[in-house]
Amino acid sequence: MAALSAGQRLKSTVCATEIMVIAAPDEDIELQCGGATMTDGEGNAGGSVDADYAEGTALGKRYVNEDGGLELLCVKPGDGSLSAGGEVLKVKDAKKLPKTD
Amino acid sequence: MNIMMLLEMAASGCPERVAFVDPEIGASVSYQELFDAAGNMAAILRATNAERFAMLDVSNIGIPIGLFASGWAGIPYVPLNYRLTDPEIESLLERITPAYLVTELERVAGFDGREGVEVSSRSDFVELAREPGEPTDAWSMDPDDTAVLLFTSGTTGAPKAAVLRQKHLVSYILGSVEFMGADEEEAALVCVPPYHIAGIAAVLSSVYSGRRVVQLANFSADKWVQLARDEKITTAFVVPTMLSRIVDELGDATNADMPHLQSLSYGGGKMPLSVIQRAMELFPETDFTNAYGLTETSSTITVLGPDEHRLAAASNDESVRRRLVSVGVPLPGIELEIRDDEGALQPTGERGEIYVRGEQVSGEYEGRGSVVDSDGWFPTRDAGFVDGEGFLFIDGRADDVIVRGGENMSPGEIEDVLLEHPAVSDAAVVGIPSEEWGEAVVAALVISDAVTTAELQAWVKERMRSSRVPERLEFWDELPYNETGKLLRRVVKERLA
Repeated sequence: MAALSAGQRLKSTVCATEIMVIAAPDEDIELQCGGATMTDGEGNAGGSVDADYAEGTALGKRYVNEDGGLELLCVKPGDGSLSAGGEVLKVKDAKKLPKTD
Repeated sequence: MNIMMLLEMAASGCPERVAFVDPEIGASVSYQELFDAAGNMAAILRATNAERFAMLDVSNIGIPIGLFASGWAGIPYVPLNYRLTDPEIESLLERITPAYLVTELERVAGFDGREGVEVSSRSDFVELAREPGEPTDAWSMDPDDTAVLLFTSGTTGAPKAAVLRQKHLVSYILGSVEFMGADEEEAALVCVPPYHIAGIAAVLSSVYSGRRVVQLANFSADKWVQLARDEKITTAFVVPTMLSRIVDELGDATNADMPHLQSLSYGGGKMPLSVIQRAMELFPETDFTNAYGLTETSSTITVLGPDEHRLAAASNDESVRRRLVSVGVPLPGIELEIRDDEGALQPTGERGEIYVRGEQVSGEYEGRGSVVDSDGWFPTRDAGFVDGEGFLFIDGRADDVIVRGGENMSPGEIEDVLLEHPAVSDAAVVGIPSEEWGEAVVAALVISDAVTTAELQAWVKERMRSSRVPERLEFWDELPYNETGKLLRRVVKERLA
């Protein structure tokens, strides 16, 4: 377990999911995808997605925890769901903004 | 973080979609092709000793390739203003060598053999990037890597190079653009020059939203109108001068007849009320957005959206109506404060300097460090005030203020009053040195009907304190503006002094 930092890119070890950290609390966080701890190393290690964490991730969606302190961006989609300390992260609603440029 | 990640996502979300079109030469590149070209070019850049990637050219397909390849290779992208004189370009180039330079064919010979510069013509560069190349290592995700160095058009002294790091640009895009928010048929017409922050923002925003970009290299109103119709453009950004010319180009038409144009955003200078009102009549179905931002803030920080435009235009309440010339409210990731000369917060409605804070705000210049304070606030040097509903109004530069006999006055207020006169079509008010007052109020005007100095002085006197009445007025054929529509107040001052 380690503290996450904004801009960091992590991979699932059990599916194709990759995320970038947008915001993270200061304390250490156990970030998982498909029920397995995510890594900044090589990624898919051949394990399988835990059935309790198998909703999948969607490209370009943002995922947040309940208190909003953790926010991730899915940069590659996969079969596992994202979770932090056992809490499944939810998709953050996209806000509608006018086109500016 | 890296801008390459934005392109990677777009290429994975819609690989076949057309990303950029250069109608002049009939060339186009899809999102996957753009991604591959950026990778090929990154490998080539990594094999050179270039520490910067410089682009001295008009809008073309090489622009996005160069921008993303620089991000991938991990060197700053430096767009140069092709309208500068040769000695000016030379002195900027000296500051960024060793560099890989891409420019138009006619200029290549001039840089050939120059120490510290590897030069390539636009067509050679694009061809090279699009040939199958060697794979290269992934890009750095370090948020503090420099993404772009942008020379700002300083009004005095040598241009400053604003430093925009990966975290600033990526934060701006993530905070203001919905990933793949564009439908397949959407197309953006980009006519701002690529060395302007709006040109860079346009590339990044369009890529992240999956929109097709149609590039217009040299703006003219007739070409813009023609291209908007031919390409069924759905969204565009213009500076006020461009919108003014487009409105003129459409002449007496009652409707611009561009039902496909869903949104038209503008920024980069003060929009005259008459121009935006006329534009809203000509484009009744189009969503208008006023975007205010600076190079140092990675583009847009406040937005006056389409609903606010319509509400203001339809209102009989003067305080709501005047919002048509406001720049709206801050983006969600931006905090804003108005402060007086001593740094104290100004109350609602009081003019002061605009300070902003947020992830996208850089405020850093190469070789000069950051002007952001320890709490993260950036002084914009723009002056303005916020109304009771939180709408920001820009009122010149913080140092434009005229101090006459110890009394501070804003040139913008006096200009607005002069512009209300039916014979006045443009106005610039400045302070010039005066033995009696410290500074005297003088004005340069463009008039469309006969009017005398005395009539105009009386007009101001009826509406403002007498200290605001210009003691001298000159009638000019036109006022000096820079190419993005900013009034060159310094030039006015010099001519009137």
